[in-house]
Amino acid sequence: MIIDALSFAMLALGGFFVFMGGLGALRLPDLYTRMHAASLTDSLGTLLTLGGIMLQSGWSLATVKLLTILFFLLMTGPTATYALANAALFSRDDGPPATAP
Amino acid sequence: MKVLGLYNYWVFTVLLMIGLYAIIARGNLVKKLLGLSIFQSAVFLLYISMAKVEGGTAPIIQHAGEPQLFSNPLPHVLILTAIVVGISTIALGLAIVVRIREEFGTIEEDEIQARDRDR
Amino acid sequence: MVTAFGFVLLTLLLVTAVAIVVTPNLFVAVMLTSIFSLLMAATFFLLDAADVALTEAAIGAGMSTILFLGALALIGEHEARRRRRPWLPLAVIGLTAFTLIYATFDKPRLGDPAAPVHQHVAPWYLEQTPELMGMSNVVTAVLAGFRAYDTLGEVLVILTAGFGVLLILAERRAGGRPDRPPAVGLRHHLIPRVVGQLLIPFIVLFGLYLQFHGEFGPGGGFQAGAIIAVGIVLHALLEGEAAGRAILPTRVLTGLMAGGAFLFAAVGIAGMLLGGEFLDYSGFSADPVAGQQLGVHLVEAGVGITVTGTLVAAFHAFADRERPA
Repeated sequence: MIIDALSFAMLALGGFFVFMGGLGALRLPDLYTRMHAASLTDSLGTLLTLGGIMLQSGWSLATVKLLTILFFLLMTGPTATYALANAALFSRDDGPPATAP
Repeated sequence: MKVLGLYNYWVFTVLLMIGLYAIIARGNLVKKLLGLSIFQSAVFLLYISMAKVEGGTAPIIQHAGEPQLFSNPLPHVLILTAIVVGISTIALGLAIVVRIREEFGTIEEDEIQARDRDR
Repeated sequence: MVTAFGFVLLTLLLVTAVAIVVTPNLFVAVMLTSIFSLLMAATFFLLDAADVALTEAAIGAGMSTILFLGALALIGEHEARRRRRPWLPLAVIGLTAFTLIYATFDKPRLGDPAAPVHQHVAPWYLEQTPELMGMSNVVTAVLAGFRAYDTLGEVLVILTAGFGVLLILAERRAGGRPDRPPAVGLRHHLIPRVVGQLLIPFIVLFGLYLQFHGEFGPGGGFQAGAIIAVGIVLHALLEGEAAGRAILPTRVLTGLMAGGAFLFAAVGIAGMLLGGEFLDYSGFSADPVAGQQLGVHLVEAGVGITVTGTLVAAFHAFADRERPA
């Protein structure tokens, strides 16, 4: 019962963060702030949503699979954000000329 | 409520028409290929929608002998192969478009025809 | 609840398709196609087609996007605006859409078990698969067993299209020119490179799992081939075109493409030599069911090899081409 309530709260909160991330990606003024908003979806959104599902599935093979998915998302999400920011920095017209690190 | 059971087929129709519009009305060859892939996906959606059985599960028999309801596996097989064939043909189309761009310097249909007449 | 989710997904599909056609930037259109494929894969999964969803996610959202981007790098990403309004095409598609939607009212509703599709051969496949093939995944059994002749044809189409790409883009390779610096990929970007290299073994391992577990869960040669190809292409993207080509040269790739299809056909002829029909595997072993399983394994391996070879070769054909002025 407590676990059910906790998992529903986590799912709802995860959905809220995903929604806010989407809203931010649409409404914020420039690319970097938008990426900042979208990264909310990557980190908190997936963490809470998958955590909620894990609480529902209990100790089973499904939980292990969900943990693997979570691991992959936590690895790839920030990398994709980094690559995007990097590409934006390199292709920018104004500002100082970017150099390869 | 019963009419809502046709929503999948309506989405299929509209997607098919969007793809067809991109193929016949857009002059850009890559846009035409994207339209073709939407057209393909619409046909996939039609087949998979027809395979669905109310209350059924994916056709993977977990416990043989027990009576279970499964969706129809045959359209799944047809579409599974069609997706991979689809990307191969799209790749072939893209290769032809790349060659056209190198020969004519453009991938807009009317410009290609104009340049072809000038030769 | 699931039905409502399906409605939302289908509506999003429509919105994405309109956006793909309307946007003037081809790069944006290709990215939207990737999203379109992902939505389509989710829809397929809701409609119980786990194998198809897996294929669509690997091919549509992964490989197809890479091929389109590879071609766009050679073509340029802007579409010229048309001046006149396309009234004639709009009228044509309006009329066709009206006719098709009118025709749907005669169709059985979604999920109707009494629909004509479910009456003829499908129940036989569902009933006989555990007995004749000893497998749980009916899709694999039908794909590589009951209807393997169809699949052989599809593999030959893929092979032909792959060789077509290689022949069309054969000459004017950039890699052979000494005055052009070799493409270095993302070698100077530490973070994507490290994370990518970390992921590649798992991607390939997952592909192999799908290849050999296709009889019991969702999976099979087509999905496995696509996912392994994505892993190899990721290596080429990270380390540069030359390094990607070094591990699998074109000669090896064409060998893989033809070899997979050859293996498929050879298994079929072996079935004939052992006293059965073409692509009948029951003679492979004293126990017919074990023979069928061995045959399906070999045929799926052939499919996986051809699909991997074709997709990687097509990627290299685009990536290694010199950019026109």
